[in-house]
Amino acid sequence: MTPAMPESSQPGGSPKPVHEIERVAIRFVGDSGDGMQLTGTKFTESTALAGNDLSTLPDYPAEIRAPAGTLAGVSGFQIHFSSVDIRTPADKPDVLVAFNPAALRANIDDVKPQGMVIVNRDAFTKRNLERAGYDEDPLPALRERFQLVEIPIGTLNREAVKDLGLTQRQADRSKNFFALGLMYWLYNRPTTPTEEWIAKRFPDPIREANQRVLKAGYHFGETTELFPTSFLVPPAKIEPGRYRNITGNTALAWGIVAAGVQMQRPVFLGAYPITPASDVLHELARYRQFGVKTFQAEDEIAAISAAVGASYAGLLGCCTTSGPGMLLKQEALNLAVMTELPLVVVDIQRAGPSTGLPTKTEQADLLMVLYGRSSDSPIPIVAPATPGDCFHVMLEAFRIAVKYMTPVAVLSDGYLANSAEPWRIPEVETLLRHPAQLETDPEGFAPYRRDPATLARPWAVPGTPGLEHRIGGLEKEDVTGNVSYSPVNHARMTELRALKIAGIAQDIPPAEVRGPEAGKLLVVTWGGTHGAAASAVDQSHEAGFTASHLHLRHLNPFPANLGEVLGRFERILVPELNTGQLSRLLRAEYLVAAEPLCKVSGQPFKVREIRDRIEAILA
Amino acid sequence: MSEAAVKLTKKNFESDQDVRWCPGCGDYSILANLQRVMPELGVARENVVFVSGIGCSSRFPYYMNTYGFHTIHGRAPSFASGIKMSRPELDVWVVTGDGDGLSIGGNHLLHTIRRNLNLQVLLFNNRVYGLTKGQYSPTSLEGMRTKSSPEGSMDHPVDPIAFALGAGATFVARTVDVDAKHLQHVLRRAHEHRGTAFVEILQNCPVYNDGEWEAVEDKTTRNRFALVLEQGEPLVFGDKDARRGVRIESGVPSLVDLPDGADPLEHGVAVHDEKRTAAYGFALASIAPPQFPTPVGVFRAVEKSTYEDLLTAQVERAVQERGPGELAALLHSGDTWTVAPD
Ligand SMILES: Cc1ncc(C[n+]2csc(CCOP(=O)(O)OP(=O)(O)O)c2C)c(N)n1
Ligand code: SF4
Ligand SMILES: [Mg+2]
Repeated sequence: MTPAMPESSQPGGSPKPVHEIERVAIRFVGDSGDGMQLTGTKFTESTALAGNDLSTLPDYPAEIRAPAGTLAGVSGFQIHFSSVDIRTPADKPDVLVAFNPAALRANIDDVKPQGMVIVNRDAFTKRNLERAGYDEDPLPALRERFQLVEIPIGTLNREAVKDLGLTQRQADRSKNFFALGLMYWLYNRPTTPTEEWIAKRFPDPIREANQRVLKAGYHFGETTELFPTSFLVPPAKIEPGRYRNITGNTALAWGIVAAGVQMQRPVFLGAYPITPASDVLHELARYRQFGVKTFQAEDEIAAISAAVGASYAGLLGCCTTSGPGMLLKQEALNLAVMTELPLVVVDIQRAGPSTGLPTKTEQADLLMVLYGRSSDSPIPIVAPATPGDCFHVMLEAFRIAVKYMTPVAVLSDGYLANSAEPWRIPEVETLLRHPAQLETDPEGFAPYRRDPATLARPWAVPGTPGLEHRIGGLEKEDVTGNVSYSPVNHARMTELRALKIAGIAQDIPPAEVRGPEAGKLLVVTWGGTHGAAASAVDQSHEAGFTASHLHLRHLNPFPANLGEVLGRFERILVPELNTGQLSRLLRAEYLVAAEPLCKVSGQPFKVREIRDRIEAILA
Repeated sequence: MSEAAVKLTKKNFESDQDVRWCPGCGDYSILANLQRVMPELGVARENVVFVSGIGCSSRFPYYMNTYGFHTIHGRAPSFASGIKMSRPELDVWVVTGDGDGLSIGGNHLLHTIRRNLNLQVLLFNNRVYGLTKGQYSPTSLEGMRTKSSPEGSMDHPVDPIAFALGAGATFVARTVDVDAKHLQHVLRRAHEHRGTAFVEILQNCPVYNDGEWEAVEDKTTRNRFALVLEQGEPLVFGDKDARRGVRIESGVPSLVDLPDGADPLEHGVAVHDEKRTAAYGFALASIAPPQFPTPVGVFRAVEKSTYEDLLTAQVERAVQERGPGELAALLHSGDTWTVAPD
C-alpha cells in the first residue's frame, strides 16, 4: 500500500490520509429484509463510475423473507474491484460488513485473515445471538483474528432521523444507507449519485431519512477514530472505450432486442416466471418501442408453444427459463426440431434437481439440453462466458437459428445472470447485421427443399401467397414435407437433421488456446466457469505452473478443430459445476482422458480451487 | 392475378393429401362443410392458418389447402396464440378434440379463451380418445366401458360449454357434425365474432363410440332431441304437433308442454338472448339429456377487447411515447463512462 496525498472528496473532503490499493473485495451481509442487495448494487454502480474493473456475486436465500435474524435468512452481496483486470468476485472478502450475528456467523470463516470486519454492534443482543446459534458473544474472540470495527449502526441511524416523525420500523429501514455512506467514505466515492437516486426513488419523509443516513455514515467515517485511513483503488487500465456496468440477465435481454434490430424481424418472447430467469422477462417487457412482444404464458409449455407459433409466423421466437421450465419445454422443442423452425431457448441454470436451490448456481443442464428429448433430436448449444458475453451470445444464437432454421439452446447460469461487470458497449455498426430472409417465391417451392450449403429449409410464413403448406410433428418426407412413414425416408431425415447441425462447426470460430499450444495440461471450461479458470491458469503460471486454457462457447457442435487441439495435451482438466458433464462429452466424442473437477455446492468456483488442482497435476 | 380477386370455391380449400379417417367418421362431414364455408368468408387463402394438436380430429390441417400446423398434444391453443399475437391479420383456426382440448390441453384452452384472442376454436367432441384406440375421455359419460375402463369410467365428465363459459368465453356455440346447414351457420357466426369463438362440434366416432349423438344427428329424431337456440326466439323444440318449451326460473330449467298454437311466452318459456349473463349461459349449459334436449346454436356472444388488439396498442403507444427503439441509445442508457487510451 502506498500512502497518497489526501484527496478532496465530496462531501466535505477527508482530512485523513488516503491509501492507494490495487484491489479489494467487500461482502455486505444481513437479513434478507436489510437491503443488502440494494446496498451492493449501489456500491457497484459507484465502483463502475470510479472506473474500476469489477465483478460481483449476489447470494440470497430463496425465501423472500426468512425469519429475521436466522441463518436461513442471510442475504449477501460480494463485490471485487480493482485497478487491474479481474475476472471473478474473489475467493475471500477483505472486508465483511455484517448487520447481525447470523450474517456474521454464516460468513466470518470466508474472510481473509486480518481482514476488516465491520459489525452493527446494536444487533448483537442476547436474542439475536441465540437466533444465530451463538452461546456467547463471538466478537471478543474475533478481535485477534480480524480488524474488528464495532459500530452502533442502529442507534446512529435512529439518531439521524429522530425528528422526522417516522415509526421505529420505518426509521430502522434506512440503516443499510449508513453502511453504504460509510463505505463511500472508506473508498473515496462521492455520495451525490446515490443521493440523487434516492430523491427519485423515495417519497418524503423516507427520502429525507435515507439521504440523511447516507451522509451520516459518510461523516461518521470522516470523524470516527475507528478508521485511521481511507482507501483509493485507482481506475483500471482496461481496453479503451465507452463502458457501462451490466448484469448477465440485462445483457441477455439486450442481446434479444439487438437480434431483432440486426435481423430486422420483430422479437417474440414467451416466458413463465422462474428464478433466476424472470428478470429477462421484466427487462424485455419494457421495450415495446422496439416492437418486442413479450407474453407471460400460463406455463412454460404454453410459453415455448407460443414462441414456436411466433417463429412459424415469421417473428424471432424466444423463451427464457430455468431448469424445471426447460424440462417442460422439451416436447415443444422437439416439434421445432421436426418442423425446422428458428427459435432460441435460454436455460438460465440453477442448482439441483426439482426445485433444488433456486437462487444458487450450477451448470448441470448440459446433458439434458443436449440429449433430453425423445429420439435423435440435435440442436446447437451456445453458452456465455461472462455477464457481458450474454449479449453477444444471444446474437450468435439467433444468427445460427435463422441461418440454419433450427432451435438453438443458450445455457446461462444463476451466477452469470445476477453478477455484474463493466462492459465495453459495442458500436452498433460493428454488430453483425443480417436481415432474415423469408421465402416468397412459389416457383419450385417445397417446404423441405434445403439450401445445399447450410441444409436449411426455407422460412415460408403464413400470409405469403402461393406457399400454402402444412407442417407438423409427424415425420416429413424429404423435400415435399408431406407426412411420410417410409423407413428409408425416416433414416434419411434423421441423417439430414444431424448433418445440418454438425455442419455448423464449419461456421463457428475454431477453438483457441490461451497459453502454450501444446503441453502437459489443458484446462477446458464452458459457461460462467470461464473467469475463475482463466484467473487460476494465470495465477498458476505466475507461480511457475504453466497450463493452457481453452474456453468453449459452442457446445454443440464443438469447434471443428477441438479434437486436434485436445490431442496436443497430455492431460485435460475440466472444471465444471456439475458431476462431470462436459468431461463425459469430451471423452465420448474424442476418446481423450478428460478429468472433471466437479463442484456442486450452488456456488461458483473459487480461483483457489482450480489453482490447487492445476498445481497438483503439474507438481 | 391475385387469388382474392377470383371467386374461390370449395375445391380451392381441398389439399392434395388423401383423407385418412375411418369410413363413416363424423370428421369427414365437418371437413366438407368447413371447406364449403371458407370461400364465403372473404379471407385470402394465404392468410388462413389451421392449427391443431394431436388426435384423429387434429389431422384436420393436412386436408385444408391453407397454411397448417399440426403441433403437439393439447398445446394447439398456445401455438395459435403465438401466431395470432405475432400476426394479428392472419385468420387462425384451432382444431382440437375432447381429449386434446380438455384433458392434456385443458390448461391452455382455459387461458386462451380468457385472453380472448380473435381465434376460432373447434372442439370435435366424440367423447372418446379415437387416435389411441378408444379409451374414455374427459367428456365420456360416467360408467363408460372402454379398454382402459373395463368396469366403467369413474370420472365425472366435464361439459365443454360450461367449461368455456367458466373460462370467460365471449362466444360459445354447439353444433352437430352431420347437420350441414346448422354447422355452416355456426361456423360463419364463429368467424364473424371478434374474440375467441369456442365451438363444440358433436362428432360421431363409428369405431369406438358409435351413436353417441344419434338422437341429434338423425334427421327423424333431431326435432325432438335438439333445442335449437336462436337469438330472440323462445326455447322451443319438438315436432310440430308436440312442441315443448324450456322455462328457466332462478337458473333452474324445467320443461313445459305447449298445446297446439299456444304462445310459448304465455307459458313462461324463456327467450334466448346470447348477450345475457353468464349465469343464463350456465343454465342453458345445464340443459342436457336424458331429462332435457341438447341445446345447439350460439349460447353466448358478447364483446370484449381482444388480447392482440391490446398488445398491438401497447406497442404503438410505446413507439409514440418513447419513439421507435434505438439500439445505440438503449446500450448507452443509464450510467456510462469512458476509458481513454493511455
Ligand atoms: C404427450 C402425448 N401423450 C399422449 C399422446 C397419445 N395421444 C394421441 S391422441 C390422444 C387422445 C386424442 O383424443 P381426442 O383429443 O379426443 O381426439 P380424437 O382422436 O378423439 O379425435 C392421445 C392420448 C400423444 N400424442 N402425446
Ligand atoms: S377412430 Fe373414430 S374419430 Fe378416429 S378416425 Fe376413426 S372414426 Fe374417426
Ligand atoms: Mg375424442
